[in-house]
Amino acid sequence: MTPSELAVDESRFSEASQAPPPGRRAAVASALRAWLPADALLTRDEDLKAYECDGLAVFRQPPLLVALPRTEDEVSAVLRECHRLEVPVVARGAGTGLSGGATPHAAGVLLSLARFDRIVEIDSAARVARVQPGVRNLRVSEAAAAHGLFYAPDPSSQIACSIGGNVAENSGGVHCLKYGLTLHNVLGVRGYTIDGERIELGGRALDTPGLDLLALCIGSEGLLLVVTEVLLKLLPKPELARVVMASFDDVGKAGDAVAAIIAAGIIPAGLEMMDRKASQAVEPFVKAGYDLAAEAILLAESDGTTEEVAEEIAAIEQVLRSSGATALAVSASEAERLRFWSGRKNAFPAAGRISPDYYCMDGTIPRKSLGHMLKAIEQMEQQHGLKCMNVFHAGDGNLHPLVLFDANRTGEWERADRFGADILELCVRLGGTITGEHGVGLEKLNSMCVQFSAAERAAFFAVKRAFDPPGLLNPGKAIPTLARCAEYGRMHVRHGQIAHPEIPRF
Amino acid sequence: MDAALQELRQRIIEAHAARSPLRLRGAGTKDFYGERLDGATLDMRGYRGVVEYEPSELVLTARCGTPLSEVETLLQSKRQFLAFEPPGFGGDPTIGGVVAAGLSGPRRAHAGAVRDFVLGAVLLPAHGEPLHLGGKVIKNVAGFDIARLLCGSLGILGAILQVSIKVLPLPPAQATLRFELSLPQALESFNRWAGQPLPISATAWWRGQAWLRLSGAQAAVSAARARLGGELLEARVGDALWRSLREQTHEFFRAGTAVWRLSLPSTAPPLTEVATPLIEWGGALRWYASVQPAAHWRALAAAAGGTALHWRGGQAGQRFHPLSSAVLALHRRLKTRLDPHGIFNPGRLVAEL
Repeated sequence: MTPSELAVDESRFSEASQAPPPGRRAAVASALRAWLPADALLTRDEDLKAYECDGLAVFRQPPLLVALPRTEDEVSAVLRECHRLEVPVVARGAGTGLSGGATPHAAGVLLSLARFDRIVEIDSAARVARVQPGVRNLRVSEAAAAHGLFYAPDPSSQIACSIGGNVAENSGGVHCLKYGLTLHNVLGVRGYTIDGERIELGGRALDTPGLDLLALCIGSEGLLLVVTEVLLKLLPKPELARVVMASFDDVGKAGDAVAAIIAAGIIPAGLEMMDRKASQAVEPFVKAGYDLAAEAILLAESDGTTEEVAEEIAAIEQVLRSSGATALAVSASEAERLRFWSGRKNAFPAAGRISPDYYCMDGTIPRKSLGHMLKAIEQMEQQHGLKCMNVFHAGDGNLHPLVLFDANRTGEWERADRFGADILELCVRLGGTITGEHGVGLEKLNSMCVQFSAAERAAFFAVKRAFDPPGLLNPGKAIPTLARCAEYGRMHVRHGQIAHPEIPRF
Repeated sequence: MDAALQELRQRIIEAHAARSPLRLRGAGTKDFYGERLDGATLDMRGYRGVVEYEPSELVLTARCGTPLSEVETLLQSKRQFLAFEPPGFGGDPTIGGVVAAGLSGPRRAHAGAVRDFVLGAVLLPAHGEPLHLGGKVIKNVAGFDIARLLCGSLGILGAILQVSIKVLPLPPAQATLRFELSLPQALESFNRWAGQPLPISATAWWRGQAWLRLSGAQAAVSAARARLGGELLEARVGDALWRSLREQTHEFFRAGTAVWRLSLPSTAPPLTEVATPLIEWGGALRWYASVQPAAHWRALAAAAGGTALHWRGGQAGQRFHPLSSAVLALHRRLKTRLDPHGIFNPGRLVAEL
């Protein structure tokens, strides 16, 4: 399908804030009432308010109504009715997402999977967990611990975020380099397409015939299907984990040390970096013992058997020393390991303490460009008149710059938004991507126009329409319409080369 | 534009306009695989060469026609490798063919499959404008993951022009252990070991013998050896065994009858007495050489929660396990959207598409 053929139908429902026609709420509620118990439907404005945003609170929009089904039959019925009535459907897990992927549609049903909160089965012999999508990420590892197993993906929000949301976003965490993303740790899903049809993808066998639709659906941001059950891979818990903390007097040297560790044939379980602004923000808060004079701090974790960890830690220390680390510390106990990590894990709340608001970015770049990116961000701070502290999943080149701003000051959010977009465009120029693990959602639609050509975006819409012909599942998210990119393109052309760079813009 | 690419593009645009099918082909090492071969051959080997490889980025980007041997030699020189151990079945496949077929070797159950390592691809679809999908970084969730959808697609969505693949450092130490175990004992042991923090990289069982390969840090391999016991094979013997499984030169594959490939939950009990299987992937992959009809294997596999693929030999007939009607409908709609005139490898992955 060519871009022009797609241009017409891709725009349907893409404007999430467009108000529904009068009487629509009553009509849709009455259709759903035939299938849902009374307590599974919220229609009063004050109840809808609780669902008006996800973790990216700058986007707020109450839905037409909220459905809270308990069973798969109820999910199927909600989808069938919405399909029949042409009502958009936005699925929501715990609502912790950071890209507006679960921001409601004004004329749509917000389908909460919160009541799908059961761990159905843990099969320790087969090392799998069968869970409902509303189960919190951390609960899986807690339940698997009794069997000596764990679920590897551990996004920072793992206390609160749900497995269904992890599947929708292909969530990562601090251990992706060694253990992979959600994609690598989900064996199968059961879900429903917009017509209410049940779909099973993947399963306990490793290979399934046909196209790998499971891989396609993971990270599809609720645009292709609504997942109702997930089969997770569990891994044996390593006997031991230890972390090396290294200080550097230059961010470039720290970036080079990351590349040197990988080049030495070491795949640490975690490899994280913080700049001085980040360590200074978190230290008073968590007292992790960070070297506040260091321009950058690296945390490198090794896990495995006692012998393996001893061997790997020694190798990591050697590389860090020869890369110019100014100080090194190795955790001597589990308590100390957790203390070293506590600052990194609390970087977001720390940003919230030192600034009224912060805007978390999520680009990925080749590791070799880490130093370059940090220096560029320093220049952008001047340009946009805002501070930015940096925490990186350095091992996989995934950046989380936190742009600090005050939403109550006129124009600051707009500047933060522009700052973020500039970072993402530099990510694309450096050969990376605009989102490593948070998803596109509503937030990065413009940046998608920079990363992908019209033909590429048309291919995404082709996939979307194959699963969801009427375009009702989470419309207006993840893929920008041609019209939107044309609008954005008036200021920018592809690959971030700003047209007329001599003209100042605000 | 590169001349080889220009020619591929021209052929595809013409085929699309004329609605005449193309059979995309690399080195032809997997011509036996899939439902049927149809269309005018489009040889992908002219578009070749490693485009980018930086060992510290753990990513290699190569054009589709690059021979696997060239990729592996280059990686070996930097002490890295393709951890999914793609089979060449005795030949030298192209990297595009490796991705299109989506077949992985002995390490699959532990390290992952082709799709777990593919980070990005350039696809040449029916309209002839190359699509850059995914990328060259490990974490990337921008856009649908079409690059991974291409793994195992057998070319039905378009010509894979280029792939970016995550690579890993070669493990510093390796050891193969041999055990005398019955089939039920082997299945129980493989699953039990996989639940323990051991550096297992491959397992196999045949005719009363089980083999287990350990790969990792020297200390980890030594500690696991001490814990597991068994007989340590000479490195040369161990390596030859795993190579024979990967390349299917193993004695099992010399049977004259049809070979069936069953993909099952690793904990499925032994299925049948009619034939002795060759077991890989900790019990999740079971090969049978047998004269039993297709219906027999399909039913057995389905009852055990898996699927049966008619791999090679024997009578003609449908190769892949049938898809559910809902999943087949999605295949049909995807194919129609991405290849509206059905020019790419018709009938190769799914008979009716």
